[in-house]
Amino acid sequence: MSLLTVDELTVTFGGRGRKASRAVDGVSFEVDQGQVVGLVGESGCGKSVTSLALMGLLPAKGLTIGGRAEFDGTDLFTMSPSARRDLRGSEMAMIFQDPLSSLNPVVPIGVQVTEILERHRGMKGEAARKEAAHLLDRVGIPDPTRRLKEYPHQLSGGMRQRALIAMAVACAPRLLIADEPTTALDVTIQAQILELLKELVDQEGTALLMITHDLGVVAGLCDQVNVLYAGKVVESAGRRELFAHPTHPYAHGLLGSIPRLDAPRGEPLNPIRGSINDRIAWADGCAFAPRCDRYEMGCLSGTPQLGEPRAAGHQVRCVNPVLDDAKAEEVPA
Amino acid sequence: MLRLVVRRLLQLIPTLLGLSVLLFLWLDRLPGGPASAILGEKATEAEVARINRALGLDQPVYVQYWRFLKRIAELDLGTSTQTGQPVWDEFVLRFPATVELSLLAILIAVAVGVPLGYFAARNRGGWLDVTAVSGSLVGICIPVFFLALILKGIFAVQLGIFPSYGRQDTGINATDVTGFAVLDGILTGEFDASWDAIMHLILPAVALASIPLAVIVRMTRASVLEVQDEDYVRTAEAKGLKRSVVRSRHVLRNAMLPVVTAVGLLTGSLLSGAVLTESVFSFGGIGSFIRTAIDGRDYPVLVGFIMFIAMVYVLINLLVDLAYSLIDPRVRVH
Amino acid sequence: MSVATKTDKIQRLAELTATKETSTGASLWREAFRRLKSSKMAIIGAVIIAVFVVIAIVGPYLTPYAPTAQTWRGEVFPNQGKFVGPRGENWFGLDHLGRDMFSRMLVGARQTLLVGVVSTLIGLVAGFLIGGLSGAAATLGGEAGKRVDSVIMRFIDMMLALPSLLLAVSVAAVMGQSLTTVMIAVGVVQVPVFARLLRGSMLAQGGADYVLAAQSLGVRKRRIVTSQIIPNSLSPVIVQATLSLATAIIEAAALSYLGLGNPDPAIPEWGVMLAQAQRFFDNAPMMAVYPAVGIIITALGFTLLGEAMREALDPKLRG
Repeated sequence: MSLLTVDELTVTFGGRGRKASRAVDGVSFEVDQGQVVGLVGESGCGKSVTSLALMGLLPAKGLTIGGRAEFDGTDLFTMSPSARRDLRGSEMAMIFQDPLSSLNPVVPIGVQVTEILERHRGMKGEAARKEAAHLLDRVGIPDPTRRLKEYPHQLSGGMRQRALIAMAVACAPRLLIADEPTTALDVTIQAQILELLKELVDQEGTALLMITHDLGVVAGLCDQVNVLYAGKVVESAGRRELFAHPTHPYAHGLLGSIPRLDAPRGEPLNPIRGSINDRIAWADGCAFAPRCDRYEMGCLSGTPQLGEPRAAGHQVRCVNPVLDDAKAEEVPA
Repeated sequence: MLRLVVRRLLQLIPTLLGLSVLLFLWLDRLPGGPASAILGEKATEAEVARINRALGLDQPVYVQYWRFLKRIAELDLGTSTQTGQPVWDEFVLRFPATVELSLLAILIAVAVGVPLGYFAARNRGGWLDVTAVSGSLVGICIPVFFLALILKGIFAVQLGIFPSYGRQDTGINATDVTGFAVLDGILTGEFDASWDAIMHLILPAVALASIPLAVIVRMTRASVLEVQDEDYVRTAEAKGLKRSVVRSRHVLRNAMLPVVTAVGLLTGSLLSGAVLTESVFSFGGIGSFIRTAIDGRDYPVLVGFIMFIAMVYVLINLLVDLAYSLIDPRVRVH
Repeated sequence: MSVATKTDKIQRLAELTATKETSTGASLWREAFRRLKSSKMAIIGAVIIAVFVVIAIVGPYLTPYAPTAQTWRGEVFPNQGKFVGPRGENWFGLDHLGRDMFSRMLVGARQTLLVGVVSTLIGLVAGFLIGGLSGAAATLGGEAGKRVDSVIMRFIDMMLALPSLLLAVSVAAVMGQSLTTVMIAVGVVQVPVFARLLRGSMLAQGGADYVLAAQSLGVRKRRIVTSQIIPNSLSPVIVQATLSLATAIIEAAALSYLGLGNPDPAIPEWGVMLAQAQRFFDNAPMMAVYPAVGIIITALGFTLLGEAMREALDPKLRG
């Protein structure tokens, strides 16, 4: 059985007098023990909202969550708030996008690490501080005992993200959700952080749900990839399969839009035209249709269903999928 | 820390210099000039001439200014035309009363305002929030002296719960040690004197607290609302911390930063308010004294008070900055 | 694929995409105005202000008695503590000199509005010039500009350090006792507030990317300030001006209380009326309550509208 099973998750903002908008529109996927699963899409596709809904971090007022999400067999959405609080930080933990704003500016790093040890592992005083220093050391922060006394503004961007990772892994969670953990960092630091995550996952057998818009991150890290568009999964496949045969026109376009070093000089780039705002409601048809080259009348007769037009386990939500492999990418190592 | 103190004290010098220039020019522009400012408006011409000579008004302007500055530097703020006493001595005598009153007012404003603003933000849109916000909006709009009059009319004159004027009942023979009536009573063991002083303080302090209270409620509320949505509060929630820890360590601690600054900036309005409330209650602090100085056109007192207030204001804001640097590590001076 | 089906396709797509909400086009101001219209605070504030302004304009022509007429002299003996309260021919009763309170309130509304508006204008214009100069120097003036800015700001801080009442008292002492004095004194108090606000707002705008963009395109500095930075910095100043109308009316009342208000009995002003009434407060509290309530409600109107505007213009406070 999977560690995390998400089934037809919907998140709707607004309602009651205001116009409702559905940020997540029936997302289903699974994460197995020790697996790295990617949730890929451009900003506004609902990937961050999905992760916050799973963690129970969305505001209580002004939105409704539908569908089911089971963590280790228990439904996250029906469990009591206090049970959820016990789960957070210990069984499932999260790493956020912007390390500076995600750390409390007026509380020393040490306290921000030890408070989670106190809460979930019952550690106190010197023991907690020792463990905190050990954690900082483990995520590659040099001179950890000194760093414990410092404040977030005294750390570099990469160090801050490492500190956040230390807090997330403090209680050896079984599921780690990382929401674009490298977006706010320099490219060289990005690689280091990804390396660190990979190492932790390999050593601890932690499952990792990686939220990203960066296909490079996906190629380097994920076992299974779910491509999100306008609040729905449009394609889901293993990493190799997806990179070899992107079948939904959106996924195909995403991979095709990456500039290639070996492309002949002067060859134009292939962006996907338009933006995610040029969409139609899923109920009317495929939300991607207005931006799609392969759009035809059939795309507008209701929500397209997930199918497996190419291979078993490779799910695609498209009535006119890309089945000719003319522009397939190389499989990354 | 020490460097911050020294730097701020040095910053005080240009402020006071600038102020002294303004005051000097102001005195010069007064109807009748500085002579009548010192002697009052009913001075005879002979007296004016004598004072003008004594003040060196026949000398060039920069010499006059230099003398003016020297006097201020020696804390010689002149002599009050009403009492005939040195202005500085009058201030020192009356300052403790005003300090007591202002401290209690700020204490009331913070002790009531911060929790009220916090819970208003927590229950945004609820009855408490609506009451707190509309209450503070109305509070800002009530002229302080009118509020003082109403409080006095109801609680002192009609109900007789509190005394209606002064700092202490004449029947109580309190020993004067520090000038702070409440403190003196405690020091000398005359607790009835302390109690009496506290009863005298309450009504004026409540009136004086109205505006700071309204400001602090709104400030705290806005600040908490903003901090609640910060990423680091989400991080704290993601750690599964107890609600009380999230609220105290992560929300309240950050939300207090702008409130601390506001308390410093409220000092100015507090002193204006003290002039008004003290005079309603004939409180006998600097405020009442200034009120009579305004009535009697006692210019040496007014000039001295402005210099005095500027110093107090800067010192209070220095204290606030120090407190701020203790709670916000980002501005800490190493 | 035939031409007809292609048009069909585009047509159908257009229909479906047209249903999405298009809020991106609306400007900040229009958006703010839309929010303002749906704000209870703004509506209450605007109604109060409208009523007050109407009274201020037509009130003096509707008075049943002249505001100075002491026709009821024989009925009022202040020294004996006898006062005439509300009755049929004098809705608000008589004051200590036997003048009709209702008539005085009507006439006083205009004076009160005048004091509020003129003093706020004084503060606004002077503060705008000082703050604008300081802000422009700080954002685009380079090193020298920064020095100019810091000198100006020192001066402004100095003004802020003074209790507003004393500042007003100082002005009144030089200029003598009159309505003009009150207006100037209250206006002077507002100068540092406006100056700081505009400068702060300009500084924030000065760091914005569009200013950098305009600079790199070679737009002249003066043009950047006048056509880009200042227009974008205005909204907090406008909000403050609304709020200042309230403060000015209250501040003017305080000055009157200290005996610095307009001494002319022919033009009653609410602040002066309140100040005079406080002497008789224990015997005739209503004499103070009428002008006080007038001041409080009017100030509340401006405060409500100002606060609602602030909320409408601040995207962060959107609820």
